[in-house]
Amino acid sequence: MTAADTHRAIEAVWRIESARLIAGLARMVRDVGLAEEMAQDALVSALERWPESGIPDNPGAWLMATAKHRAIDVLRRNRRVERKHEELGHEVEARREAAVDHLDDAIDDDVGDDLLRLVFTCCHPVLSSDARVALTLRLLGGLSTEEIARAFLVPEPTIAQRIVRAKRTLAEARVPFEAPRGPELAPRLASVLEVIYLIFNEGYAATSGGDWTRPALCEDALRLGRILAELVPKEPEVHGLVALMEIQASRLGARIGPSGEPVLLLDQDRGRWDHVLIQRGLAALERAQATGGVPGPYLIQAAIAACHARARTPAETDWARITGLYDQLAQLMPSPIVELNRAVAVAMAFGPEAGLAIVDTLISEPALASYHLLPSVRGDLLQKLGRFDEARVELERAAALARNTRERALLLERAAGCARESARPPRREA
Amino acid sequence: MRFMVIVKANKDSEAGVIPSEKLLADMGKYNEELAKAGVLLAAEGLQSSSKGARVRFSGSKRTVIDGPFTEAKELVAGFWLLQLKSKEEAIEWVKRCPNPFPDEESEIEIRQVFETSDFGAEFTPELRKQEERIRAQMTPKK
Repeated sequence: MTAADTHRAIEAVWRIESARLIAGLARMVRDVGLAEEMAQDALVSALERWPESGIPDNPGAWLMATAKHRAIDVLRRNRRVERKHEELGHEVEARREAAVDHLDDAIDDDVGDDLLRLVFTCCHPVLSSDARVALTLRLLGGLSTEEIARAFLVPEPTIAQRIVRAKRTLAEARVPFEAPRGPELAPRLASVLEVIYLIFNEGYAATSGGDWTRPALCEDALRLGRILAELVPKEPEVHGLVALMEIQASRLGARIGPSGEPVLLLDQDRGRWDHVLIQRGLAALERAQATGGVPGPYLIQAAIAACHARARTPAETDWARITGLYDQLAQLMPSPIVELNRAVAVAMAFGPEAGLAIVDTLISEPALASYHLLPSVRGDLLQKLGRFDEARVELERAAALARNTRERALLLERAAGCARESARPPRREA
Repeated sequence: MRFMVIVKANKDSEAGVIPSEKLLADMGKYNEELAKAGVLLAAEGLQSSSKGARVRFSGSKRTVIDGPFTEAKELVAGFWLLQLKSKEEAIEWVKRCPNPFPDEESEIEIRQVFETSDFGAEFTPELRKQEERIRAQMTPKK
């Protein structure tokens, strides 16, 4: 094995072990930031030693043992410091003492519980949304700062700083390393799901930059979702989110045309959809539905995605059912964006006129003022109604608002198409 | 990226010998670990080749050959489909797999699955356009 091979192997071990390592250590030292530093130290030791000694048979156990030594050192040092600070009292000391003594037992305790604690801590509400995303990818996804920076097209120091600040915020707010229970669980779980879906969406429909999708981010989000579904198998919304992401990801390959331009759902070559992911998505949807209860927003969105996945051709799409699901979704979380999607479904089920009537009620909606999909949808419906001049204006407006260059090009192309149609002499009725 | 991890057949698997209870339990635990890590897409074990068949192609001829087939080591006994970041990650996972045939030597093979992006460098936009043009020409005119 060359040194480069060993480095790649160590990276792989890190990817597999880091989250469990950090979670186990965090439980001991009660500080996620410190736990990650200890795990990183163990990684550095591995990078120093393994190229010469070879990779141990059980690399995960090696990393854990090395990190544990560090943890014991730190806890002992803290204890010495605390002895000097008598005001801290004996109780704290006794707890630290017990912590060191029970380190071995505790660390081998249920890994799943620790991972779940880590999930909730990374997505804690005291953190900003950006910080939650960065910390989750770093601590749970095992991504390096550089990888996260590249994925979000942000300079590396920005992400590094974001992570340092997030760890500090968690420490200062004395966020306990715990999974929420009782009435606290639902809102905290919602925050976790939101973070995972944010990561997925940044990969699925990149909000900025030259590429329309960044599949690696989708894969990271999917992996996190699947891990979470194993950790909390009784939560329907977790399976709902996984189902939604699996089905959406199944279209990744079909969403990009020959020169990197976006291909819309109904224009996609369905033969290029990933049927392994579709099957997984439909199975996750079934699991979500089997848990019973009132369907939540992710489950409903997954059910909508499943309607498309089941249709072998666009013509087979059950638009009436999709419209019904959007009605449900709009009641559950009324939002102009859901309403816009509902308008599209209504247009498909009952004609562009009916859809346009809903879209027109959204024009003065402040939340959609700079949202490119509003004029984009309106332009599309106007085009279908043969009102090409109005359609062109809307599509051009959409292009001006779109931040993704590929998407902008597609919209301008369609606007040009409307201009050509408009210039053409009206067709005689047959 | 996606990997297919292939367990090769041996005399026992070809003879239809059911794995021991312990091995089944260990494999179950391993699969659970893969699922818990969020990397397992699919996993299947295959029945012996005596229940399978081959279709031989020779020019325009198709000949059906019923199993069983010799050369057990060339046959597939089972596979996993894993979603991973690198071949090294696949190797690390396979090293953790319980020995599928504890009584004799065997191999597990790791193969990367082709994805659209793999054609990236060779399959340039120009090439794609060329292919589209050819396809368009081949489509019979109405």
